[in-house]
Amino acid sequence: MAVYQLKTAKEPPSLERGAIAWVRHHLLSSTFNILFTALSIYILYIIVPPLLNWFILDADFVGSKKADCGGDGACWVFIREKLKMFIYGFYPESEVWRANLTMALAAITIALAVIERTPKKVKIASILILPIVTIILLSGGYFGLPHVETSAWGGLLLTLVIAAVGIVLSFPIGVLFALGRQSKLPIIKTLSVFYIELIRGVPLITVLFMASVVLPLFFPEGMDFDKLVRALIGITLFQAAYVAENIRGGLQAIHSGQYEAADSLGLGYWSKMRLVILPQAIKVAIPNLVGSFISLFKDTSLVMIIGLFDILSMVKLTANDRDWLGMSTEGFVFVAIIYWVFNYAMSKYSKNLEKKLNTDNRD
Amino acid sequence: MENKKIIESSSELRDLSQNMIEVDNLNKWYGDFHVLKDININVGKGEIVVVAGPSGSGKSTLIRCINRLEEYQEGHIKVKGVEVNADVKNLREIRSNVAMVFQHFNLFPHLSILENLTLAPIWVYNKPKKEAIDTAMHYLERVNIAEQADKYPNQLSGGQQQRVAIARALCKSPDIMLFDEPTSALDPEMIGEVLDVMIGLAKDGKTMVCVTHEMGFARKVADRVIFMDEGQIVEENDPETFFNNPESDRLKLFLEQILAH
Repeated sequence: MAVYQLKTAKEPPSLERGAIAWVRHHLLSSTFNILFTALSIYILYIIVPPLLNWFILDADFVGSKKADCGGDGACWVFIREKLKMFIYGFYPESEVWRANLTMALAAITIALAVIERTPKKVKIASILILPIVTIILLSGGYFGLPHVETSAWGGLLLTLVIAAVGIVLSFPIGVLFALGRQSKLPIIKTLSVFYIELIRGVPLITVLFMASVVLPLFFPEGMDFDKLVRALIGITLFQAAYVAENIRGGLQAIHSGQYEAADSLGLGYWSKMRLVILPQAIKVAIPNLVGSFISLFKDTSLVMIIGLFDILSMVKLTANDRDWLGMSTEGFVFVAIIYWVFNYAMSKYSKNLEKKLNTDNRD
Repeated sequence: MENKKIIESSSELRDLSQNMIEVDNLNKWYGDFHVLKDININVGKGEIVVVAGPSGSGKSTLIRCINRLEEYQEGHIKVKGVEVNADVKNLREIRSNVAMVFQHFNLFPHLSILENLTLAPIWVYNKPKKEAIDTAMHYLERVNIAEQADKYPNQLSGGQQQRVAIARALCKSPDIMLFDEPTSALDPEMIGEVLDVMIGLAKDGKTMVCVTHEMGFARKVADRVIFMDEGQIVEENDPETFFNNPESDRLKLFLEQILAH
């Protein structure tokens, strides 16, 4: 038998510290890994220089017409000249400040919602006020603002309106369908399942066609819904089915003990769902929810088939401009970057949210 | 036997003739499986009843019927004279009188300890937030865990979580506490701290029904021990007789098995 002294902690050996350790462990840990590192460097060597040339070194930034683009690289002059079309579509130039103001207000609302220190009441108020202000500002007809037809809305502005409305409205509807699908009442359950499976079984294009072409056939004579509104209804109902399935996935992850604890404390169905079950289920569903919101953001481009001009259709349209033929590559690259910026921001925010809400495994 | 004495000294809170829980000819089936057979139990005010028995004997199912976490097919259960049935008004009254502590604690992991405790008082019983917090802190102090109020459940040890669960159950000032194997999921060194809290409650005159394998607790605290096997009550006695002079063979066998080591 023996007794041992407590030992003091020592620093790890120098090869196991800092950047050297990182390179050793991540880039050179095995023969395969070394080969892979070499291969990756070679591929970067092939790809990066030409891209750099096209994007920046050989690209043309100054000028105002196609003739100003002489180099082999991208003609960013095109983007600059057509930027207004990409962002506002056919929104009247004199009223563009309204679109700008709306987007600024939307940005402020999102910032308020994202910043943790904002009081809850301010968050809720700003989120409720934004849609009303948006309608008044963009559509006009009130307070001396000239009316702007929704058919004139276009470009990024339209893409953002469709995506925002789709995401915000589909969420509560989707939650209700998810709860409906779990309901013990057969009628509610059957209807929910039927709705979700029906919508998920058809492509968004079909739903948009239904909303824009078939739906008006059922309206009484003379009654006409705005085309954009019809598209928004279609997209919202479509997205709601996906939200419902995502939330259902989250609900299934909740242990029955949580329901029992809430029941035994005396919580009724709606308090139980709102305070105990849904917060946990939604947290579990966040990665999938954000995935489907990102899909929705990209799918907004499908509204072009019912004659609405989102940012992608605006690029297609302007690339057909006689003065700018052959500029579609620049246009599509630009749109790709715009889509990426918004979707990456959503993805990043959801990661933060997951981290913030992770109370399960804190040490 | 020391604890026993203390409980009896606070007897003005106890009135065993006043029935808090009446179970009358209860029968329950899971599909074709007859899980509870002709159960009859009365629990008096301030009485501590321990339900013991092998796993699968229906003891958990029985106490889960009392606050209607489980439905039953035949017989009656009354809590403070109110029939336990599908009636929403009855259910609300029963759930405000009866609190339950679970084997796996079932704390809400997305809420802090304090929020776990104030949830029901604020949203179900419409207490002002300040009052709910004061009550919650009072009970957290009582289970010796007030300093953890702002932590989340998964930052606490099992024993601490179960004490929080007990405090949460107490926050609505229930007359009756149901314990469903409260120490079975705990590491051995944490069982004591939870049992101490339960003993404290017993001293305060709470009516308690405990499903537990802690025979030491049953011996010290219980007024009555009920032995269940295969969905029925096999033997029912005061702890003294229950442990020292068991009558039925099945109870003798059971006691041998769990007390042998």
